[in-house]
Amino acid sequence: MSAAPMVVAHDVHKYYGAYHALKGISMEVAAGEVMCIVGPSGSGKSTFLRCINQLERTDSGAIWLGGELCGYRRKGDELRELSDSDIARQRLSSGMVFQRFNLFGHMTALQNIMEGPVVVQKRKRAEVRDEAEALLQRVGLAGKAGAYPGELSGGQQQRVAIARALAMRPKLMLFDEPTSALDPELVGEVLSVMKDLAVSGMTMIVVTHELGFAREVSNRVVFMDQGQVLECGTPAEVLTHPQHARTREFIAAILS
Amino acid sequence: MTFPASSSSLPASPFAVDHLKIVPRRFYGRWLSAALILLVFAFIINAFVHGQIEWKIVAQFMTAKVIMHGLLNTILMTIYAMTIGILLGVIFAVMVMSPNPMLRAIAGFYIWFFRGTPLLLQMLLWFNLALVFPMMGIPGVFEARTVDLITPFIASLLGLGIGQGAYTAEVVRGGILSVDNGQTEAAKAIGMTRLTALRRIILPQSMRVIIPPIGNEVISMVKLTSVASVIQFSEILHNAQTIYFANARVIELLIVATVWYLAVVTVFSIGQHFLEKAFARNQRSTNRPRVARVNAAVVAAVAIPPAPDGVKS
Repeated sequence: MSAAPMVVAHDVHKYYGAYHALKGISMEVAAGEVMCIVGPSGSGKSTFLRCINQLERTDSGAIWLGGELCGYRRKGDELRELSDSDIARQRLSSGMVFQRFNLFGHMTALQNIMEGPVVVQKRKRAEVRDEAEALLQRVGLAGKAGAYPGELSGGQQQRVAIARALAMRPKLMLFDEPTSALDPELVGEVLSVMKDLAVSGMTMIVVTHELGFAREVSNRVVFMDQGQVLECGTPAEVLTHPQHARTREFIAAILS
Repeated sequence: MTFPASSSSLPASPFAVDHLKIVPRRFYGRWLSAALILLVFAFIINAFVHGQIEWKIVAQFMTAKVIMHGLLNTILMTIYAMTIGILLGVIFAVMVMSPNPMLRAIAGFYIWFFRGTPLLLQMLLWFNLALVFPMMGIPGVFEARTVDLITPFIASLLGLGIGQGAYTAEVVRGGILSVDNGQTEAAKAIGMTRLTALRRIILPQSMRVIIPPIGNEVISMVKLTSVASVIQFSEILHNAQTIYFANARVIELLIVATVWYLAVVTVFSIGQHFLEKAFARNQRSTNRPRVARVNAAVVAAVAIPPAPDGVKS
């Protein structure tokens, strides 16, 4: 693993009104590492992921992404809030895949993938098109370039969404329960695309309930509960020999 | 145990009804009411034919030059005022939803003021602007007498267009709210700013919700232009009045105006129908728009087209 971590979270807190959603999350993710975050719903794992991508603001603490502080610019002893366009630029280093896919409904699969590179990164349309077609092939949907999201199954939509995120050439991929909204028989096709991505060396943070995937693919597993990290370690440490009673309960409940 | 291959080999059952003849419902009430309505219609038509109306005069003025001129002005004013209204509507809807409190306040004031005062009053205010500001322009660059600038045409355009913008802003806001928040998040996740996301992702998908009420407002606008007759704008009603002040054929000329309004509205309605169909076709998404906090009437006005065969959701 390289020296500087790709992601550093330091004592991240998040409140929704009086509700303390994240109670001091600290972790590091190295480049090329695949980290799975598991835990019961309401444990703050999705919130934390959304903080990394600045879809949510943190209330205190810091998140560093590729050596850059998220959301602020340091000037002497001050932290100055970044403008919308600076935040948009920071988001380019990470790709996000959502539970509900969120494909753009008025665009075909190919247009969905090309939108970011063409409109945001201002890359040449012809070049982007070739790359987008290659990405569709990579996620096993070469024949679906002209299909609208409404004409695709959930698993196909999620694979297009992964291709859309990859088209931005991110350094880090964030997955927010990517298979939770899928019919059970469609989960496998999405997980296999994610597995290929992990093997190719992409840095990934995956919020998931798929313990099998976590065990097989991830380098580290984090267990979160009530806004805190309870355990962090190799899949064997956390999933096979959990230290906390809460972790054991959760794993038993999922496997039963 | 064996199962019969088809129903024909089923044993005769007391529950089988296929051998009986189906007699369709007979709608006696419909026939009766239709007959009654036709009778009433015949009576009304008969009354008008024998009433004190010179139908020859109606026919004579139907295509009179002054009436044609008024018709053209009505149509042009509808198009110009709606264009201004839609432009202002989109701008102020985006402003009212902005995180910037100053922009929100300005847009909120605009909508409050122009929805809160009668159109007729607004037009009179524009028309009489010269009483407040005798001269207008940028000092040193260009200046003109306000009475010369604010013609009946300009005063009508300002009154209708700016007033319309306040209503259209609410329609556009409803449309923007109808698009799932996940679309905005996905747009941000690929590095779009708020305005780019609005332009590229949100507004195109809100069109399906926005178009039907806008079509409705175009039709309202055709008729609202008649209010401009009060400030001497020579639209069709104003011109019809000018004629009957001279020849005293009041009803005949009002009928002429009625026929033309109905004709224009009919043509616009057909256009609206095709526009709605076109937008329904382009939106083949089953990314079901979440309908949150949207004007219920707006939502009711939008029929979601059935998904084509073979679509998985």
